[in-house]
Amino acid sequence: MHIVVCVKQVPETQNVRIDPTTNTLIRQGVASILNPFDHFALEAALRIKDMDKNGVKVTVLTMGPPQAKEVLVDALSRGADDAVLLSDRAFAGADTWATSYTLSAAIKKMGDVDLVICGKQAIDGDTAQVGPELATLLDIPYATYVSRIEFVEPRVLRVTRQTDEGTALWKIPLPALLTVLKDVGRLRVRSYRATLRARRYEIPIWGAADLGLSEDTVGLKGSFTQVIKVFSPQRAKERVMIEGSVQEQAARLYELLKEQGVPGL
Amino acid sequence: MKALIEKDRCTGCGTCVDVCPVGAISLVDGKAEVSDDCTLCGMCVGSCEFDAISLPKVGAGPSDAGQPHGVAPTHRGIWVYAEWRHGNIHRVSYELLSRARQLADKKKVPVGAVLIGYKLDGLEKELFSYGADIVYVVDHPALAHFTDEAYGNVLAFLAKQYRPEILLAGATSIGRSFIPRVAALLKTGLTADCTDLDINDDGLLVQTRPAFGGNIMASILCPYGRPQMATVRPRVMQACQLLEPRQGTVEKVSVPEHLLKSRVEVLEETISEGPSASLVEADVVISGGRGLKKKENFRMLEELARLVNGAVGASRGAVEAGLADPSQQVGQTGRTVAPVLYMAVGISGAIQHVVGMQGSKIIVAVNKDPEAPIFDICHYGVVADLFEFIPEFIKRIKGECGDSQN
Repeated sequence: MHIVVCVKQVPETQNVRIDPTTNTLIRQGVASILNPFDHFALEAALRIKDMDKNGVKVTVLTMGPPQAKEVLVDALSRGADDAVLLSDRAFAGADTWATSYTLSAAIKKMGDVDLVICGKQAIDGDTAQVGPELATLLDIPYATYVSRIEFVEPRVLRVTRQTDEGTALWKIPLPALLTVLKDVGRLRVRSYRATLRARRYEIPIWGAADLGLSEDTVGLKGSFTQVIKVFSPQRAKERVMIEGSVQEQAARLYELLKEQGVPGL
Repeated sequence: MKALIEKDRCTGCGTCVDVCPVGAISLVDGKAEVSDDCTLCGMCVGSCEFDAISLPKVGAGPSDAGQPHGVAPTHRGIWVYAEWRHGNIHRVSYELLSRARQLADKKKVPVGAVLIGYKLDGLEKELFSYGADIVYVVDHPALAHFTDEAYGNVLAFLAKQYRPEILLAGATSIGRSFIPRVAALLKTGLTADCTDLDINDDGLLVQTRPAFGGNIMASILCPYGRPQMATVRPRVMQACQLLEPRQGTVEKVSVPEHLLKSRVEVLEETISEGPSASLVEADVVISGGRGLKKKENFRMLEELARLVNGAVGASRGAVEAGLADPSQQVGQTGRTVAPVLYMAVGISGAIQHVVGMQGSKIIVAVNKDPEAPIFDICHYGVVADLFEFIPEFIKRIKGECGDSQN
């Protein structure tokens, strides 16, 4: 069985913030990291591999600038078998459609993929759209927000999905795509052996031409959506600190919330 | 392709150099210069006080996407997907219909609502009262349970058939799951989790959403793909019932059988109970952190939540310390909530927690440490011992409800 894990290198968002005095964006040594949700996607794949070491191959796939290979090396040193980097100047500025389109071309090129696993979303864009769009372009069934994966038959999964009001239990035949939550398991640490192997591993880099894609179908040119403005969120009204004795604080907060029309008060 | 610098305007102030998350901008001879590392994220554009930076424009959509060049005049009207769950319509659909009505009046086009499910009789009425002119209904036993595949196929089929110019849906777990399928089937753009919608001078939908964990906002257009599609965060738009409900029409549509088939099989659906029930749906969420110290102390928050018909959440710290159930966790690796009132009790306010609740309308922080970062993002701050404050606050609420003590 061949499992592809789609991962993304993202800036650590906690360091991307607004300077409250100048109202401009500040960046203090923003590190690039493996998207936290993709940790779980990788772990889910590795757990399936644990059940059948020789029968399962895990490939990590990412699209990004050349330095995005760092996250692939990280994934290899935790036990992934193979890695592919999709990198090409023409890929820059891709929206979720163009990203899914490029990823789908890469997965079709691999040919024998049984299961694709993604994190539920990336922390930079927070769209959660690439998984479902990718599955649709590959014409395979998918399940989002998966918290548990079980095999009921060699090629049939039973997955538990988190919904807004509870859970749903789905049966889903392979090939399929899943987007997963942290519940599938925390990512294992790097192993010494895999780290050595990762260092020597030569990651193949595929560009638009390798995927047989023309340049106007990828990146910004191949995107439907255009960012026209980026700005700082409006700071909420000035913060009000409620002073006084505990009784006074409770009374004042109650009044303020009631004035604001909070339901239930 | 990379961000474009207008050298005449650039003053070499270096703000964009600091802002670029991938370190692609440097100063060369006193002017900003963009390297090939640029990912076209657009963060530098808003940071430049001198309007010296812009992004290159999107193409006319992927050339093999089958979209005609330019705006297709054959697409007309604004549609809202009316989210049906367990016999009811989710209120985000009413919020969206109200907004769609305003936008449609601006564009002078009709508003359509799409109702997909099973045994839907009578549900159209409410949709008319919130602004729909026409309700498209697909009622079929195969649609009794939500699956991305069948629901996506049906909505895409309707959109192909009737060609709306704009298609909106709630950014609920259902909307965010299957609407991307619809966009991919229709070969058009989709913007996730918007918090504002407007129509610009060209008649295009301006979709505004937070990115980078809410630290920046981006306005986005879909100039050529049709329909222009967006999912919209619940509770950011106001649902307003019309004084005079519209005399709308109901269009019952039958869909080719093969589109109703789903390769997945729904075995079971459960609705959770207990303190975390309806965490995502509740108007009021009371969350506790490590400051609660003991599991039993969460009962205090549960009592408060019961009084205001709210739900109880928890920080990761509280969950890891065993004070609360993992299903209650709010934050980056837990649930994202955006209630009317979010009360953070004994929570320090780590960024991982904040990204899961910062969309809330009113944030109240209760903490005895005045330096806790939660006070930086709250609207109302209470520096107090929570074990004294919460019982007092509960008393206050009970008092107003007609209890003898006041």
